[in-house]
Amino acid sequence: MSESPMRPSTHAGRQQERLVMESGDMTRAMTRIAHEILERNKGVKDLALVGIRTGGVHLAHRLARRIQDIEGAAIPIGELDITLYRDDLALRKEQPILRRTSVPFDISGKIIVLVDDVLFTGRTIRAAMDGLIDLGRPAEIQLAVLVDRGHRQLPIKATYIGKNIPTSREENIHVLLEEAGDDDRVVIVKA
Amino acid sequence: MSLKRKDLLSLAPLSAEEITLILQTADSFKEVTGREIKKVPALRGRTVVNLFFEPSTRTRTSFELAAKRLSADVINFSPSSSSVVKGETLLDTARNIEAMQADIIVLRHSSAGAAETLARGVKSSVINAGDGWHEHPTQALLDLYTIRERGLPFKGLRVAIVGDVAHSRVARSNIHALSKLGAEVRVVGPPTMIPKGIEKLGATVFYNLDEALRGVQVIMMLRLQLERQGRALFPTIREYARLYGLTGDRVKLAEAGAIVMHPGPINRGVEIAPEVADSLSSVILDQVANGVAVRMGILYLMSGAN
Repeated sequence: MSESPMRPSTHAGRQQERLVMESGDMTRAMTRIAHEILERNKGVKDLALVGIRTGGVHLAHRLARRIQDIEGAAIPIGELDITLYRDDLALRKEQPILRRTSVPFDISGKIIVLVDDVLFTGRTIRAAMDGLIDLGRPAEIQLAVLVDRGHRQLPIKATYIGKNIPTSREENIHVLLEEAGDDDRVVIVKA
Repeated sequence: MSLKRKDLLSLAPLSAEEITLILQTADSFKEVTGREIKKVPALRGRTVVNLFFEPSTRTRTSFELAAKRLSADVINFSPSSSSVVKGETLLDTARNIEAMQADIIVLRHSSAGAAETLARGVKSSVINAGDGWHEHPTQALLDLYTIRERGLPFKGLRVAIVGDVAHSRVARSNIHALSKLGAEVRVVGPPTMIPKGIEKLGATVFYNLDEALRGVQVIMMLRLQLERQGRALFPTIREYARLYGLTGDRVKLAEAGAIVMHPGPINRGVEIAPEVADSLSSVILDQVANGVAVRMGILYLMSGAN
């Protein structure tokens, strides 16, 4: 999830945008991440994916399918809404819409791979880790992102990265996904 | 969509979209209340004051639990233990509470309109937890949530509200909300307990319980306020129970699978037979459980920075 509260759920397309990943690039990046996850964790034992709403959830499902194709085993998937753990709730005039968290398995003792579309300031990931730990005590938390755009404000780094895309603070990255009604692509938009 | 309101005083001005937003938000908190650690940090540093001028265990406890599960600080004020007995006015009491930087005041008061008066006088958000015979919006919202949880769509839903409608803030809030969402609301009770002009809120009036129950999917019983018995609204409790008490046989007049609701506290054997209150069609305890999740949703939505 990009950190901009203004991020549209579907792409407006009016602003000036630059294509940085197309459908094929995204597929190959996800396939590589799936292999890396399996390699690092030596298979699927105790492995579970938790997608951060909304983009991360779609990507977690894609990763799970790839992992199943490679390893022949299904792994549990959870969906995490981090809104209640945001660090800016007290500053906002209107509270953001809540979506449901659904982690239908016990995360204690599991290796949890958090999945998100864009890693930016790291604040979403901080919130996600707090949210996860309220649900149990995972053996390990790893982080997979499709895009790392830099500008961290917290000491957080991703375990698996689809693509590093250097950006300026004035730019925004939009990850557009078929599941949300767009054609798969990643674009940079001048704010 | 967001709730752009400082206060929640009545369901009359809320749009169907706003009501739906509150119910959807409560879904997220229902998940939280099912966790082992039932607490989220969303309202850290916020202060919620329960200002209850009327006795209430259920509603006050429900709000207190909701606020605590959101990590807010909670203070309970009740008149017996405060300066109200020394003659302080409602507004003065509230201003003092506000000076202690309360973000949200939850008010229960015996006078209709008390919450509105308070809301105009203070900067804090005010949530009406029942004002006289006027409204009890959070109770109606948790009733709606419970109906929706049972998978019953509101559009075309047939609901019978049974009992002392005239003195029921729960009934009024429910009539507003249910008609807004497209439900067909019937009110039924002795003529002394059906207020004149209730049809204008969108309800159909019945005086015969059996007729009113035919084909409904939701039976909403109201508490017979035994403390009002002296006012001669009905001859005897026994007669009331015979004419307007919900028995197992009467539940069969409703549609198969109809649910029975009651805001509590129930008078067993008066407005509701014990076998009905404890039956599978009764959702009375679901209502209580959902109350916490719904109030968490409301507190969350109203906690935006001022």
